[in-house]
Amino acid sequence: MDQLKRINPRDNVLVVCKRLNEGDMLEIGGQQIVVSHALGLGHKVAAVALKAGDPVVKFGLPIGVATTAIAAGEHIHLHNMKSNFISTYTLDHEFIKNH
Amino acid sequence: MSSLKTIDLTGYLRKDGKKGIRNVVVIAYLVECARHVAGEIAGRFSGEPVHVIGFGGCYPNAYADKMMHALCTHANVGAVLLVSLGCESFNRNRLLTHIQESGRPAALVGIQAAGGTRKAIEEGVHFLGEVLRELSVTTTVAMHVSDLVVGVVCGGSDATSGITANPSAGHAFDLVVAAGGTTLFENTGEMIGLENIIAARAVDAPLGIAIKKTIDKASRYYQKMGHGSFAPGNAEGGLTTLEEKAIGAYFKTGTTPISGIIKPADAPPSHGLFLMDIVPDGDPLFGFPNPNDSSEIAELIASGAHTVLFTTGRGSVVGSAIAPVIKVCANPDTFLRMEDDMDINAGTTLSEGDTVEAVGEAIFEKIRDVARGESSCSERLGHQEFVLGYKTFEPAGPACLP
Repeated sequence: MDQLKRINPRDNVLVVCKRLNEGDMLEIGGQQIVVSHALGLGHKVAAVALKAGDPVVKFGLPIGVATTAIAAGEHIHLHNMKSNFISTYTLDHEFIKNH
Repeated sequence: MSSLKTIDLTGYLRKDGKKGIRNVVVIAYLVECARHVAGEIAGRFSGEPVHVIGFGGCYPNAYADKMMHALCTHANVGAVLLVSLGCESFNRNRLLTHIQESGRPAALVGIQAAGGTRKAIEEGVHFLGEVLRELSVTTTVAMHVSDLVVGVVCGGSDATSGITANPSAGHAFDLVVAAGGTTLFENTGEMIGLENIIAARAVDAPLGIAIKKTIDKASRYYQKMGHGSFAPGNAEGGLTTLEEKAIGAYFKTGTTPISGIIKPADAPPSHGLFLMDIVPDGDPLFGFPNPNDSSEIAELIASGAHTVLFTTGRGSVVGSAIAPVIKVCANPDTFLRMEDDMDINAGTTLSEGDTVEAVGEAIFEKIRDVARGESSCSERLGHQEFVLGYKTFEPAGPACLP
């Protein structure tokens, strides 16, 4: 099994199919990339470099936008992309700020 | 695989003509105040197919009324004991009459009328003892996949759900429909952004427009709630946005045309794939449409689902009262950790290179086996969750059922 999979040819993210550990080497777009932290199954890494505001495409469809520049091979998650629809709730959320 | 249409099952025949795959006695409390008595009665029949459902509210609600009517006359239900405190708003006599008119044995225990907790429990235990003897000789009848209604939900999703379990469940759904059966999917709150793709699968253009309106309604509703259908565990499992979760969730619907839109507790009028519109009509009144997975499962069962497929990546453990829940585990690591709770390991599409089609066939075969009486994991572990809250609905419009 490949470690990374592009689900749809239009995608600009790759999905982790085999757990990645810190220090693992990946080849993305002909570049050698060192994995900076462990990533579990299903997590996403950038297939190409993205600019802030670029759509993030998975399953051939936009799943949100990049909020900062993202390098090829970098982990894409809550820290560098957001929904076009509604903000994503995490346990870090402070209810008190809403009152 | 054996030819799908010739798969033989055996059903419990109800006097209203429904065919069930389980022979359950339901104990239904009609207000939270009666729940303890219902639970105590059920507790005397450990190991017997006695399931507790109920509605906790003391204020009347047409949706909850309709749900209880549908659930108490579900194909898998052979008899019902209603447990009332006595002063609640639920119309117990109308529900009792409805169940009795379906030909099912039914009785009502009123806690105030009986003289309190202890006497009400005694009355209930007496009825259950009699009715369980009666149900042990229920007529059985030949049943086929074309008689089955199968629902699907996902819960505790992670980023493997949309690549492994959901497309596999979708393939199983296609096989059920190909065999002449009926499939139900729901949670329009997880279809936001996919309106056009889903509408394109409608059997005709007006239904496509109705599907778009249904998903627009969900979008407006969740915006007002200020929170989409997304839990912290979804993000820990690699899902980042509601859109991403939605697309992955959509694959569990398979590829067949969509035959219509139903509301919770409506029976699908024909075979094929139906979308259940779970988001209340009108302004938000009672909070989140379905506050948890169990309330989604209850609605699918109220619309006739004999069994419900439940795909999970993080590892949900819930089952349900009335109908067996079949767990399809998306994540191979979760499967290894929680194997006792999982009926199918769809994660082998990642870990072993199995195809989605092969796992879909295994799910279909599991549906057949569970329909033949094999316990699903959640049944074996005693899970009988049930949640029913307040909602408001208008009837489905004419375009919804072409």
